Amino acid sequence: MGEAEKNRHNGSPDRAAQAVIYETPFDEFWRLFKRDRLAMVGLVVLVLLLFMAVAGKALTEWWVVFDPSTVNLVDKFKSPLSQVSTLVPVDTRPLLGVYILGTDELGRDVFARMLQGSFVSLSIGFIAVGISVFIGILLGGLAGYYGKLRLGIMTVDTLIMRFTDVMLCFPTFFLILTVVALLPPSIYNIMIVIGVTSWMGTARFVRAEFLALREQDFVVAAQAMGLPERRIIFLHMVPNAIAPVLVSATIGVATAILTESALSFLGFGVQPPFATWGNILSDGKGFIFDAPWLFFIPGLAILVVVLAFNLVGEGMREALNPKLRQR
Amino acid sequence: MSQKRILKDGTPLLKVEGLTKYFPVHSGVFSRVTDQVQAVDGVSFEVYPGETLGLVGESGCGKTTAARCVLRLIEPTSGQVQFDGEDIIGLGRTALRTMRQHMQIIFQDPYSSLNPRMSVGNIIGEPLRVHGLVKGKEYEQRIDELLERVGLAPDTRQRYPHEFSGGQRQRIGIARALALNPKFIVCDEAVSALDVSIQAQIINLLKALQEEFGMAYLFIAHDLNVVHHIADRVAVMYLGKVVEMAPVDELFMSPKHPYTQALIAANPIPDPDIGHDVVPLSGDVPSPLHPPTGCRFHTRCPQVMDQCRSLEPELNQSGEGREAHGVWCHLH
Repeated sequence: MGEAEKNRHNGSPDRAAQAVIYETPFDEFWRLFKRDRLAMVGLVVLVLLLFMAVAGKALTEWWVVFDPSTVNLVDKFKSPLSQVSTLVPVDTRPLLGVYILGTDELGRDVFARMLQGSFVSLSIGFIAVGISVFIGILLGGLAGYYGKLRLGIMTVDTLIMRFTDVMLCFPTFFLILTVVALLPPSIYNIMIVIGVTSWMGTARFVRAEFLALREQDFVVAAQAMGLPERRIIFLHMVPNAIAPVLVSATIGVATAILTESALSFLGFGVQPPFATWGNILSDGKGFIFDAPWLFFIPGLAILVVVLAFNLVGEGMREALNPKLRQR
Repeated sequence: MSQKRILKDGTPLLKVEGLTKYFPVHSGVFSRVTDQVQAVDGVSFEVYPGETLGLVGESGCGKTTAARCVLRLIEPTSGQVQFDGEDIIGLGRTALRTMRQHMQIIFQDPYSSLNPRMSVGNIIGEPLRVHGLVKGKEYEQRIDELLERVGLAPDTRQRYPHEFSGGQRQRIGIARALALNPKFIVCDEAVSALDVSIQAQIINLLKALQEEFGMAYLFIAHDLNVVHHIADRVAVMYLGKVVEMAPVDELFMSPKHPYTQALIAANPIPDPDIGHDVVPLSGDVPSPLHPPTGCRFHTRCPQVMDQCRSLEPELNQSGEGREAHGVWCHLH
């Protein structure tokens, strides 16, 4: 006998006591997600990273000790955890007089540069994915809900989905390279370019979900009740279609961070003196034997963050999988 | 079984005439229409205020399609639907939305008919809020009242559909349909997915609600016992057409159409001493893509005649209004 069944047989005095145990869909998701250890590790890493990125943005902007563009040529190629030279002016010395992650070929503090880069990488990841999810939901939703409408010789569905296929045909990275070569390489352009070239998967997901949801009785019921179309779409269909989109968006952030790093590595991305993980890596590649930390620190950071996003994405996919419910 | 209610004549609440729905079949590169599935073909019936019209027939005979065309959840190909004197087919979007308050639907599958991401209170309250029927404190009261009326505790409102059993979900679906105080409810196989003891509860609930609020039901089912119990009149459908329509007791006592006879004979009787004297039907229902010419039942009819193969049978009707017993068969 289910919990709900029991409630009905109990007298009214007990009902108030049992009112506490109700599980919302989010509670259920969280309970299932928590059981995945790796995903939880990933989540902890991401929360730390988020904190670091925000703190890093504040510190590098307003505290001269963490200014990533301070050049101290006397202190170039210092290895991690080495002491600052006495020749460096007091007000630009790093915290506690120690270069935690060493310095680069111009004597800039790698730790400060990594802090600045973490904010850039994360914001590119989130904003690019935000753009791609927005376009994806919009186009996928249109194709799924209004797909049967005819516009001239073809249906809305044909029009949108064939356009999606066309976009999928381009090798994305080369498309981005071309666009970035034509546009001035600013951080905003990169966000937008990554966003408008990566929405196709989301659009397909959302369309498929919408096609399935349209036939569901609760959507038909909403139509039968005379609810306005936008209410049906945004309150009844989108919340039920969003789960796979969130999963792919999480993994998409990782992809966007990788893409940005690759662009910066090739010199098309965010331009110096702005530090990103990609261009720190790129600067370090010339000194891989003399100063390996310049190469390994940003490399490891990218690896850990991309891995964390993927683990969290996988964990979400598992927790949202309806077949795993009720266990 | 059921007590025959006194049938009063009056003006019908719902009048359906020549309702037809053909689904186009697309094929080829340019997805041209190459064929048509004749799901519903020229169906006419009336539903009077406060009565229950049972609609029976095999799977795929067009019961659900017909009902959804009546509610304009599917656009019919042709035909007339008049509800409360107003032409439903001609209504524009806004007028239709207002009209929808008066006609509701209860679904077969209680698992897909409730939005899994909305709490029960919101599911039931949404139509009230959207149509702006009640405000403020009254809104909360109305939801509690509806839950109470369908036999659920008021504290169920914060909970989500997955926490309920099939029968309870169906009660939630009924509460949602009741929220707008409709005059007409389509029960689309509303009890078919439930087990027998729950079926009885839900049917009795539906009957009690009808007595209290006086709405009319279009009750779609394939279980004849259920229909016998709840319906006042019954329409039998075969392959997109109504073949016989009569008051419930008359239909069960003296079915005229061979198909109705076969259906009733196939219905199990809980008494082993009563034998079956009608040969069960052989063969399958023909495809609605290319239905047989003449009478659509002629391919399986045990009493088939020559004219059945070429001539479509006309309506033969005795009685008037609610007492009418109509049959579409060359034998009558």
